[in-house]
Amino acid sequence: MPRSRSFYVLAAFFGAFVLFLYGPVITIGILSFQGPRGGLTFPMNGVSLHWFFDLFEEQAVGDFWAAFRRSLTLGAMVMVTTVVVSVMGGLAFRQRFAGSAALFYLVIASLVIPSILVSLGVGLVFNVLDWEVHWATSGFGSQLTWTLPFGLLIMFAVFNRFDGAYEEAARDCGASWWQTLRFVVLPLIAPSLIGVALFGFTLSYDEFARTLLTSGSYNTLPLEIFGMTTNVTTPVLYALGTVTTLFSLLVIAVFLVAARLQRRRLLAQASSGSAQS
Amino acid sequence: MRDFAVNRTSGLLVLPLVCVLALFLVVPICLILVVSFWDYNEWNFFPAFIFDNYAYIFTSPVTWATYLRTLQYTVITWVFCTAIGFTVAYFLAFHVRSQTWQIALFLLCTIPFWNSNIIRMISWIPFLGRNGIANSVLLDAGLIDVPLEWLLFSDFAVILAFVHLYTLFMVVPVFNTMMRIDRSLIEAARDAGASGWQTLVHFVLPLSKPGLMIGSIFIVTLVMGDFITVRFMSGGQSASVGRVIANEIALLQYPAAAANAVILLATVLLIVSVMLRYVDIRKEL
Repeated sequence: MPRSRSFYVLAAFFGAFVLFLYGPVITIGILSFQGPRGGLTFPMNGVSLHWFFDLFEEQAVGDFWAAFRRSLTLGAMVMVTTVVVSVMGGLAFRQRFAGSAALFYLVIASLVIPSILVSLGVGLVFNVLDWEVHWATSGFGSQLTWTLPFGLLIMFAVFNRFDGAYEEAARDCGASWWQTLRFVVLPLIAPSLIGVALFGFTLSYDEFARTLLTSGSYNTLPLEIFGMTTNVTTPVLYALGTVTTLFSLLVIAVFLVAARLQRRRLLAQASSGSAQS
Repeated sequence: MRDFAVNRTSGLLVLPLVCVLALFLVVPICLILVVSFWDYNEWNFFPAFIFDNYAYIFTSPVTWATYLRTLQYTVITWVFCTAIGFTVAYFLAFHVRSQTWQIALFLLCTIPFWNSNIIRMISWIPFLGRNGIANSVLLDAGLIDVPLEWLLFSDFAVILAFVHLYTLFMVVPVFNTMMRIDRSLIEAARDAGASGWQTLVHFVLPLSKPGLMIGSIFIVTLVMGDFITVRFMSGGQSASVGRVIANEIALLQYPAAAANAVILLATVLLIVSVMLRYVDIRKEL
């Protein structure tokens, strides 16, 4: 069947949309290679790695590497917690239990309540209790209110499609609740867990509003970058943008490869299992 | 007896979730509500039970203008995100035929979502600036004689950034809903003599409604509560409710910020609860 004319119109629209999505980031990618005398816009004034080297000098951009380390640690903490809590929640929500409807709406509320309210509220709680806000305590908790709903909604989607026959078979073979979970359910949902982990890490790594009032005196990377936008007027800003973009791409690639390997292992196990029987 | 066992297991499983949400969502929001009735001076805030914070908000013409502006941002952003998001999802779901290509192009659309919003905002500077790409192209083409000043740091830039950041939140749920539409239904419509356009308007559009609703909920709540996009892209010139709250926090006027937050929350929850009547989220997952 030949393509209709509407296909080409829509394909052109799609192409324009992708250009709109990627164009600006690619532009700053190119401009971050500005020569040492280059400015924030075209034309390129020579080509150099000058601004990337500048990133390593503390006085140029503040303590960028310390902020990066903090964001990395926080991202890992949020990622692990999100995966564990979401899986547990997803398992619980497979049955109706007392208060399940209310809890579900609370999860949705957590997703739709504006971030600045969480930031303000958590900041107030710590203020009233006279606790010190810190990225690893108040910042960590605030970010969870954003990552957990995503993780849970993914788990709901996973368990909606989950075939309960596998568990029944395991139980018929005499497996306990824990054994069924450990050896049947978790391996089957493992590829989706990698997706939850990716959400948990990147949503935390990029979060701004929820950490604004809850991170205390040590900035996470997005806060540091935002601080820079007000006082840095050289392409070093673009170099930083390019480096963190590349880092994000690297993270996605790692998770995609991990998901693929996991799925392949599962398939290999399944085929070797059926060969044995 | 079985009910009890189910409740106990489920209760233990959701315990961490309940604790996190209680500590970092329910208690903070309740405290915001309480503090909104407190009093404050230049350097401190303290318990009281006054309505001054609310009275000030409702009698100040600035508040009404700010809310109006915020709603304006929301509506305009929503219109663009919905139009673009629906078209993109429709193309992916109904015009791309191989599943491999569908997944590849879908991933291509979602990758920018994993990048920092701040970086994505910064990346508009070389394009929109006074000496930016847009201005030089327009100047070279002879369409304008002097560089346009309203491209960057303006309401135009704010809306552009919102659409750039949030269209994805429409593409994903709409695409998800469209992929579940039974293809035989579309074929039946074609067989019955419906044109492509008629099929789109009378079948695809109504059947995509749940996805459109979920996308709309995301966009409305993200734009209504935003303060950073408005501040950065308008160069600090435009106000939004979120920015007012952020400014009051910066001035340590916590009770005033809390009162504004309560009103914002009520507005957002009202809009979302109306939208939720048209979609059963659990069925859409």
